[in-house]
Amino acid sequence: MPKITYNDNQGNSKTIEVENGLSVMEGAIQNDIPGIDADCGGSMACATCHVYVEEKWLNKLPKVEEAEVDMIDMAYEPKKNSRLSCQLIVSEELDGLIVTTPSKQS
Amino acid sequence: MKKTDTIIIGAGPVGLFAVHQLGIKGLKSIVIDNLDKAGGQCIELYPDKPIYDIPAVPECTGEELTNKLLEQIKPFKTEFFLNERVEEVKQDKENWIVKTNNNNEFSAPNIIVAGGVGSFEPRKLTAKEAEKFEDKFLFYAVKDKEQFKNKNISIFGGGDSALDWALELSKFSKINLIHRRDEFRGAPHTLSEIKKLEKEGKIFIKTPCQLESIEGKDKIDTITIKFDSGKTEQIKTDVVLSFFGLIMKLGPIAEWGLNMNKKTIEVNSKNFETNKKGIFAAGDICSYPGKLKLILSGFHEVALAAVECFKRARPNEKYRFEFTTSSKTIQSRLGKK
Repeated sequence: MPKITYNDNQGNSKTIEVENGLSVMEGAIQNDIPGIDADCGGSMACATCHVYVEEKWLNKLPKVEEAEVDMIDMAYEPKKNSRLSCQLIVSEELDGLIVTTPSKQS
Repeated sequence: MKKTDTIIIGAGPVGLFAVHQLGIKGLKSIVIDNLDKAGGQCIELYPDKPIYDIPAVPECTGEELTNKLLEQIKPFKTEFFLNERVEEVKQDKENWIVKTNNNNEFSAPNIIVAGGVGSFEPRKLTAKEAEKFEDKFLFYAVKDKEQFKNKNISIFGGGDSALDWALELSKFSKINLIHRRDEFRGAPHTLSEIKKLEKEGKIFIKTPCQLESIEGKDKIDTITIKFDSGKTEQIKTDVVLSFFGLIMKLGPIAEWGLNMNKKTIEVNSKNFETNKKGIFAAGDICSYPGKLKLILSGFHEVALAAVECFKRARPNEKYRFEFTTSSKTIQSRLGKK
């Protein structure tokens, strides 16, 4: 199973195995990773699963849709490498992905 | 204090259908919601997005679903208390007393919490000076546009609210429109109007940049914004308006003594009662083994909770299960002959 690393802004880090087909958000919620709220449950309506993706992974991720960028506008301190983790579906290609959660989600 | 049979907290689809399930059993209810209209997430987050999994409705938008539900509960003439947030829930013998931030008080043997993920509140600016100026020189909504005449206004956001207010307020004030990227998301007509006003020097567009700090002692003097390039700019500002949408906050629900699991309320899956007798939770806010956060699950949950509500509100009457197709009593409650 692909390994995903979740860093928080305090420097804590957790690497977990996430099943193929789940989103990076679901991997976090199922494993009690703090820092990802996912209030809307993955319907791209709340921007509380916002993460920063390590730069080198940006091109390997599914393309950002307009609706996601609009939602990221609402997120807490968005940056160039911001994504909504509910839109990142885990696959073997993402094995080793590192994401960092913002200092808060709202 | 208003008395009723059931207090419903949350006017989303599940809260609305609760009115129906209680109503056909002859129970009265009132509905309280923090938003200014019924519909909950359906109306606030995805009014135009199609939903494909409402049984027997192949496709409908959040707004259409809300309107249909409102039509369905019309016969019950239910009173709605909108723009109100429940602050306090306390026990009074067999009844529950609910108090809102608008100082309304209700009493009922039953409460159904259909609060989704909590109440919607504006997403606030995080600059540390923001709180100090809030509601005086910094706003998350425009209630009375008169107060924004002849001012230097800095508007944050890139969506419809930010664009519409930039346009409207530019009629009598100087506007800075500040957004984190170059693209705005709004109606094409609005966008072209904005561009026109930019050329005329009535609206100044600043992108891609974000708020760095707010300066001023008793009032806002200037704000500092930081561009992606690292460059900063100080802008003379009297009023800041910020439109970053709404966020859901659980709020006081966590303090009512209900057993919680993360941000959800634990219920049994027999009648969706919480650890407090007479308080039920349904829809996205409840959790039990196998819970699915679907609108249709919420409908099922309130149907079962309504039966228990009947037993508590009418302890001396026997509950009889009836079909709407055959029950004359239900049909007359629905205003059918």
